[in-house]
Amino acid sequence: MSDPLTPLNSINTLDTLSPAKIKQILEAVLLAAQDPLPVTELRKLFDNELSATVLGKLLEELREEWTDSGIELVSVAGGWRFQTKAGMQPYLDRLTPQKAPRYSRAVLETLAIIAYRQPVTRGDIEEIRGVNVAGSVLKALTARGWIDTVGHRNVPGKPALFATTQTFLNDLNLRSLEELPPLEEMKSLIESNNPTEELPFEETATPAS
Amino acid sequence: MKQSEQQEAMKPLIDSADIHPVARICGEPLMEIPLDLYIPPDALEVFLDTFQGPLDLLLYLIRKHNLEILDIPMAELTKQYMAYVTMMRADQLELAAEYLLMTALLIEIKSRMLLPNPKAEIEEEHDPRAELVRRLLEYEQMKNAALRLNELPQAERDFTTARIWIEHKTTEPLPTINMDDLRHAWITILTRAKVNRHHQIKRETLSVRAYMSQILRDLRGHKQVEFYDLFSPAATVAEVVITFLAVLELAKELLVEITQTETFGMIYVRPTDATQFN
Repeated sequence: MSDPLTPLNSINTLDTLSPAKIKQILEAVLLAAQDPLPVTELRKLFDNELSATVLGKLLEELREEWTDSGIELVSVAGGWRFQTKAGMQPYLDRLTPQKAPRYSRAVLETLAIIAYRQPVTRGDIEEIRGVNVAGSVLKALTARGWIDTVGHRNVPGKPALFATTQTFLNDLNLRSLEELPPLEEMKSLIESNNPTEELPFEETATPAS
Repeated sequence: MKQSEQQEAMKPLIDSADIHPVARICGEPLMEIPLDLYIPPDALEVFLDTFQGPLDLLLYLIRKHNLEILDIPMAELTKQYMAYVTMMRADQLELAAEYLLMTALLIEIKSRMLLPNPKAEIEEEHDPRAELVRRLLEYEQMKNAALRLNELPQAERDFTTARIWIEHKTTEPLPTINMDDLRHAWITILTRAKVNRHHQIKRETLSVRAYMSQILRDLRGHKQVEFYDLFSPAATVAEVVITFLAVLELAKELLVEITQTETFGMIYVRPTDATQFN
């Protein structure tokens, strides 16, 4: 992949760049970029002459400046990126007739097991869920770029080990796996005498709207 | 139909506080009759899709009836579970296999609990239900985690990455190759071919397309290959020419990418489908 960020030409040395100008550059580059850009990549814009701390501060300022907008600047696993605010999505959806995928419980549970227990084999997932994992489930997650094979367990059959990807974190607005919602304590599960969630029957009573 | 009317009629009763428990399980009052034992026939399909498997069904029964998960009344649970499975067997035998396995396990646990076991009284961990409880809790933990994971904002569903339109992003950057470099490489190959020239006279039918396929096949599995390596040292002049033409043709059809990072540097040829993966 060729570097999408060509360094500034020598006319614009750092001396002539005011913080406001730097913010403009960051803004333009982040809006033009295909993927989130990490600070290390952004530093290359300025021939590495700006420290990560300075850039971080300017990015924070830039984020502040965009708060009154339909767009927000966020920091995810892959770096910084602009994205639309959550409240905008219903209107964006009206532009495109096709709906974003909603995943079945089978897909979501499989994803949860891979996210929290990774790396896991298909057998590990089946052990926890108590049912076979359909190939289509793993395929859906792989196609989305959320999981991939990171190796094979050294047991007969050499089953593939699945793990979540950086795309998974990016797409869920997370910077690292530590930011995943914490697992419930076993103790609280044991003590929960009331069903906290809606009963499954009622869940399907309103089909994917 | 009549049943569901009954169910409706019962709801206000259950909500009122001063009703008597219909049964007691482990001393705990059971306030409502297990309505879910009755499944209307048309609900069966919904039912099959609703539960993720035997563990999910068991959890539902346990939570629905507020059963103590560390002290599961096996007889009650097994009875209810089997009522569901019987319904399923009537319709979808294939799916019922995993559920049947669980039935066997439940009955085994139940029967082991019935057997007098005076010696094991001290060892608490030999509760035959322990492994089942462990699996149920582990599954419930993941099931709840999945729900919470789904609540996180999700790209494309809850937000979209913002990007401004940039013209040059739309055109594929073409491989940059200096004419002289190619010519130089060409002469090197010709010289090499000359050294290996032999005089066996034989008419060879060569086709550029065939060589194109061969080159693609050679490239498969490689990220990139050195330009020179595409030419067999034993190749005749004609073969060298055809191979060279084939490389050019492949580049023209965007099936390969020819790159050279520095002047006089190594020229690399790589299949374009490989670049898509990187």
